[in-house]
Parts: sequence; C-alpha cells; structure tokens
Amino acid sequence: MTATTESTSRSGLPGLLYSETENELRATVRGLLGDRAAWPDVLARTETADTYDTGLWRALAADLGCAGLVIGEEHGGAGASWREAAVVAEETGRHTAPVPFLGSAVTATAAALAAGDAGLLAGLAAGEVTAALAVPFPAASFAVPAPTVAVGALRDGDPPGVQRLTGTVTTLIDALPATVLLVPADGVPAALYAVPAGAEGVTLTPAVSLDMTRQLADLTLDGAPGRRIAAGDAAAAAVRAGLVAGAVLLASEQLGLAERCLEMTVAYVKERKQFARPVGSFQALKHRLADLWTGVTQARAAARYAAACLADGDPDLPVAVALAKAACSDIALKAAQECIQLHGGIGFTWEHPAHLYLKRAKSSAAGYGTADRHRATLAALAGLPPAGQA
Amino acid sequence: MLTSAGQDTAAALRDQVTAFLASRDPVATEPVEFLRARFDAGLAWVHYPAGLGGQGLPRSLQTAVDAQFAAAGAPGNHPERNGIGLGMAAPTVLAFGTPEQQQRWLRPLWTGEEIWCQLFSEPGAGSDLANLSTRAVRDGDVWTVNGQKVWTSSAHVARWALLVTRTDPSLPKHQGLTYFVCDMTGPGVEVRPLRQATGEAEFNEVFLTDVRIPDDQRLGEVGQGWQVSTATLMNERVSIGGGALPREGGLIGLAARAWRDQPGQRTPGLHDRLLRLWADAEVARLAGERLRQSLAAGQPGPEGSAAKLVFARLNQEISEFEVELAGEDGLRYDDWTMRRPERVSFLDRGTGYRFLRCKGNSIEGGTSEILRNIIAERVLGLPPEIRVDKNVPWKDLPR
Repeated sequence: MTATTESTSRSGLPGLLYSETENELRATVRGLLGDRAAWPDVLARTETADTYDTGLWRALAADLGCAGLVIGEEHGGAGASWREAAVVAEETGRHTAPVPFLGSAVTATAAALAAGDAGLLAGLAAGEVTAALAVPFPAASFAVPAPTVAVGALRDGDPPGVQRLTGTVTTLIDALPATVLLVPADGVPAALYAVPAGAEGVTLTPAVSLDMTRQLADLTLDGAPGRRIAAGDAAAAAVRAGLVAGAVLLASEQLGLAERCLEMTVAYVKERKQFARPVGSFQALKHRLADLWTGVTQARAAARYAAACLADGDPDLPVAVALAKAACSDIALKAAQECIQLHGGIGFTWEHPAHLYLKRAKSSAAGYGTADRHRATLAALAGLPPAGQA
Repeated sequence: MLTSAGQDTAAALRDQVTAFLASRDPVATEPVEFLRARFDAGLAWVHYPAGLGGQGLPRSLQTAVDAQFAAAGAPGNHPERNGIGLGMAAPTVLAFGTPEQQQRWLRPLWTGEEIWCQLFSEPGAGSDLANLSTRAVRDGDVWTVNGQKVWTSSAHVARWALLVTRTDPSLPKHQGLTYFVCDMTGPGVEVRPLRQATGEAEFNEVFLTDVRIPDDQRLGEVGQGWQVSTATLMNERVSIGGGALPREGGLIGLAARAWRDQPGQRTPGLHDRLLRLWADAEVARLAGERLRQSLAAGQPGPEGSAAKLVFARLNQEISEFEVELAGEDGLRYDDWTMRRPERVSFLDRGTGYRFLRCKGNSIEGGTSEILRNIIAERVLGLPPEIRVDKNVPWKDLPR
C-alpha cells in the first residue's frame, strides 16, 4: 500500500510530511512576507518607534486569515489545525517577521480556546483583536510562575463580572501591538482575565531587547479593569494550553529560521572566493554545512511530530513538546552562529541580516522553556530519574 | 491510496497466491522445491519481469504477497542470509546481465541456494573505490584475475561474487574498469577471516591468484565497470518495509534499562548525557519515520545519508555512555574468542562489545566524512573537491 500522506502511518506515528494544503499555505505566506518583510525592512524597523509592523500583521492575520487558522468555523475561524499554523510559524521564523503571530495567533489563541471564550475567539479570528498572554516569555507549561497580579477593590459603577487588577508582569512578547491582554491574577479563585490594552490603569513599557524584531515589554496594572474568562483549574489549564502551543509553534518558528540561515550560508559560500576558489569548495566548510543540514532534517521531524501531537490531542504531546523545543532551539542557534562564522567579516556587520537571526535564535531558545529544561522533563516522562532518586 | 485498477491487481494477485498455495502444500513440500516453484510462478518479486520470478507489477504489491505466504506457513528464502545477493546482485544482474546470465543466476539467488558477496573494497581503495588495482587480463574468451579484496561479508559462504577489476591501467581511473561475476569456489580464490577489534570476524579478506573467469561472466561492457559498480551501490537496500522501531527500540533502550536497573551508578553528569542521548535518539527515530513516509509517498529524499551520519554518532555516544554507567562491569569483556557470527546483533552482547563494534558504524558503508562530502555536493550543491586524479592515467597516479 502506498501509505501515508494521511494523518497516520502503519507505524502508529502520525504523518510527518507536509500536505498539499500546507505547501500552498506556505507559498502564500512566503509571498506576503517576501514582499513586506524583506530583511532590510525588518532591520530598519528595529530602529524605529514602531517595532511591530501592524500593517503587515493585518494582512497576515485578517486578509490571509492566519489569525483564525486554528479557531473553529463557528467563531469565524478557518477550522484548520495546528499543523497548518506550524507552517505559518516556519515562515514567520524564516523572515523574523515583526508580527505577533506567536503571541496572539498561537499562545493567546490557545489559551482562549481552552477558556472557551466565544467573544474573544470571534475577535481573534476576524483579526480585530490581537491578544497577548501576560506571562513572562521564559515561562514553560511545566513550570508556570505564580501570578504577580492581584485582584483589588471594585470601583463605583463597575459592571458585574469586572474586577480591578493591580500588579506587574515582566518580559512579555507580542504585548506591544496587543489590543487585549490575558492576565492571570491571584484571588479566590485565581483566574484569567481579559484586559483591554487601552484601558485606564494599563501601562506597557517597551524594553530594549536582545531581539528587537520581537520587542519585549513590561506590563504594569494599576486598578485596570479585567473581565474574567476562566477561573480556578480552568484558568490554570488555559495558561498551560497557551504555553504548550507556544512552545510547539515556537519550535517550528526556530526550524524556519534555521533553514533560512542554512540556505543563505550555502548560497554565500558558493559565491565568495578566497585563494582563487569558492570557499564552499573547502572541506572544512562543506562538512560544517553538511552537519547543519543533517541537524535540520532531525529538527524538522521533531517539529512536525509535535505539531501533529498538538493537532491530534495525542497523549504523547508532553514528550513531543520537549523533543521539539530542545532540538529546534539548539539547531536555530547553531544555524545562526554558523551563518555568522561562515560569512566571515560581513556576517558580523550591522548591514548583514545574520545578527537578526542570531538575536532571534538566542532569545527564542529561552522562550517557553529552554532546551535544558525541556530535556529535564523527560526524566519523569521517560522514566529516567536523576541521581539520588528511586 | 491504491487506484481501483491497483486494487484489482492486488486482488488478482491474492487469488493467484491462494491458487498457488492450494496446488502445493506450503508445509509438506520440500522448501527449495516450493521456493523454485514460487519463483517460476512469478510470485518471488512481482516487480521483476515475467520469466525472472516476477510479473512486471509495482513493487509495492510485494509486501502483501510475502505476508500471504508467511501466513500460510510457507518456507521463506531467508533474505538475512543473502542480503548482498538480493539487495545488490539481483538488481545489477537485472540491469546489466544478458538474458542467459539472468536465467542462470536469478533463480538460485532468490531461493537462497546460492549466496552472493561483493568484491569491491581493497587495501588501497576504500573511500576512493575507483582507485582499485585488482587486475584482469584478457586471453581470448577467458580473463585472468590477480589482486586482493577486503571487508567482504559472506565470502566464506558465497557461491558468487560481484567483482570489479582494472582492465586498462593506461586510462584515467574511472574508465579502465570492468565488472565480472566471480565463482567463489573456483581455483585461486582464497578466503581468510578478517578479525576485528571486537575479537570476532564478520568479514573476510579475499586473495585472487590467477583466477580464471570466462568472458560470459562479464556484466556490462569492457571499460564500463564504474557505471555497473555505481548501479550496484545505488541499490543498497532501502529499509522501507519494516516500519519504525518502537521508542527505546535501539541501543538507547539498553542504556535506559541499565539506568533504571542500577540507581547506585547514577551521577548528575551521566543523567544529563542520558537525557540528551534519549532525546536525540527519539528525534532520530522520528526522522527515520519521516524518511520512510517520504519513500512510501513516492518522494525519495536525500535524508538517508543524514540518518546514517546520525546513527553512527548516536551509537558511538550511547555505547560509550553504557560502558561508563556499568562501572566495574564496564571494565570486563564478554568473550574475545575468534568467532564467525552469522548475524551481527548489538543487543545480545556486552557493553564492551557494543563500544568497540560501534566504532565501525562511522566507517562501514561510506565513512561519515565521505557522507558529509556527498551531502555537501549532491544535496547542498557545493563545489566538488578539486580532483588531481581525474584525467591522469591510473598507472601514473601516486600511490
């Protein structure tokens, strides 16, 4: 039988290839980002006040419908799956596109889906709402930090269902262009709140960030109004769902970045001549690039597996997340570093995009759990206890 | 998915096997007789031509045929005993053999009556196979061969060998080669076991002294040996049939079990290494599955060379880890006795054996360095090595 572009192969593992639909989606997104997120533009924008490209985000989110890919048709979404969304993430990663796809269409959307908030989902799907989960970027689903925001006294005239929130959350991604912030807050019970970013008492302070293509911000709430969208265990589950989806799709984003660095470097070493020959004819460089390509083939399998497990609700998802985030964090960083080294001097200049990829790769490696912390989860998941434990 | 025409063919084939099984008791019939009859019925390898064990059907239909025979308790042809015959010799004979050669060799090859081996590598021609120096000199209808081959699996049990020789030393190295089938039982063929670092001998050295090969055992034209050899090597078996190993199915499973069984040997440093190896091995398994899925979908990719690179490195690192985890036991060895293993199993020997045997993984079947060259040049399109030996007569090359 000629198995298996379908979802499951006879090995019991899900299909790990790209479907025709996914390839078409990729071509569409690549066309848009190629036009509007060419690296000189991306680099130039990092030195402006508007580090996020809201026009491009509208085109990607609303015109191409990428914001609503994983949202059901009943909420106005495309009813596609995380597999398709992961292909979009590969492309945004490849371009270090300054759009809040990861923070809004992935992490916040996964949290909203888990919370089941129809109004929010409809706004997200239409591209009218851009949301950010107010949890520090390094947080991982298996180690969610305690809320740093508390519920305070209501004010006169507050409508029912609204609470006043006060506190600070640092190091948020994709919060600067957000219209709604999803804020976990302490209280009885602890809950997840939707806070309009423009409301009184909300301050977002941009941070000078290692990766200015995804500028961080610190959030301060001073009696800001929040609408409760999930409470107690459901709120904690919504935050975890956001961070799991975030880690899986960030892995695909890292894969896209690694592929871009590899392609760019291969093209350069074919052109660049020293000692009267292309430097790519030297075995020292060829072997490094062969190793990098090999690493990318491995990371791609891990990323596709995690996206499939997320899409299918597979019980192996925790293992898949750890494998993908660890493999893709490592390969993205390696690819960006090789990109600089094998370009030589030009690769170390501001006028070359390699530093954009390096900064994105290093920051993303810390996002939603480092490779080390993800691998450490395998101790319990795979039954490999540390020294000193039974 | 199969088309409806494909489904009709599969159904017809199933009926054909059913009829064949009805006409010959698969259990009571003498195994060789049964296998010969199966070959003659075109049910050996259905993608081969009619008259040569097949029916010219798609290769994908073979799996179901094999399964149907196995389910009926029919004797198998033990492909593990004749890997080179089935995987490399058969397609080469099919592609380059004359009709007489195909008739002579393919049936006993498939039934397992005649085992094949491969006389390619030489002491002076490893990664640089085209530099080989075994000479064949023609005298009328007979060639006389002198030389030495090495790393030959199954030479001590083989009836036939795929042999590549130099017939014209005055031409550049790729042009002066000619390819033969050599009778391993003939005079002048001496097989000596080649003992490895592990203590056993999986392979052989083969000394050819005035071996006489009739010209009708030549495959391809005189001087065409490199093209025929390349075809042979391209046919190295692609393991598309078996499906992925389960999680912890390879060496990593042994290391993980040892870790669980010996809490007293655990250290933080070893734990960190184990988690890395476990994650890398699991990712490699997924990449292997992805490769299988591409092949099954008819999109063969170049990822096979990546898989071999990764497995060689992982096997070596895992087996090094195992020796260290074993502590005192890691300093012992199960058995240094010189043996001729029928089948190499990494799993039923000790940690020391695996530690040593895995060193061969990055050498056999293409060194990791040659694989990196192949990836760099054929996948990434990087410029080839500067070749000083391309247009020089072989006899004038430094060696």
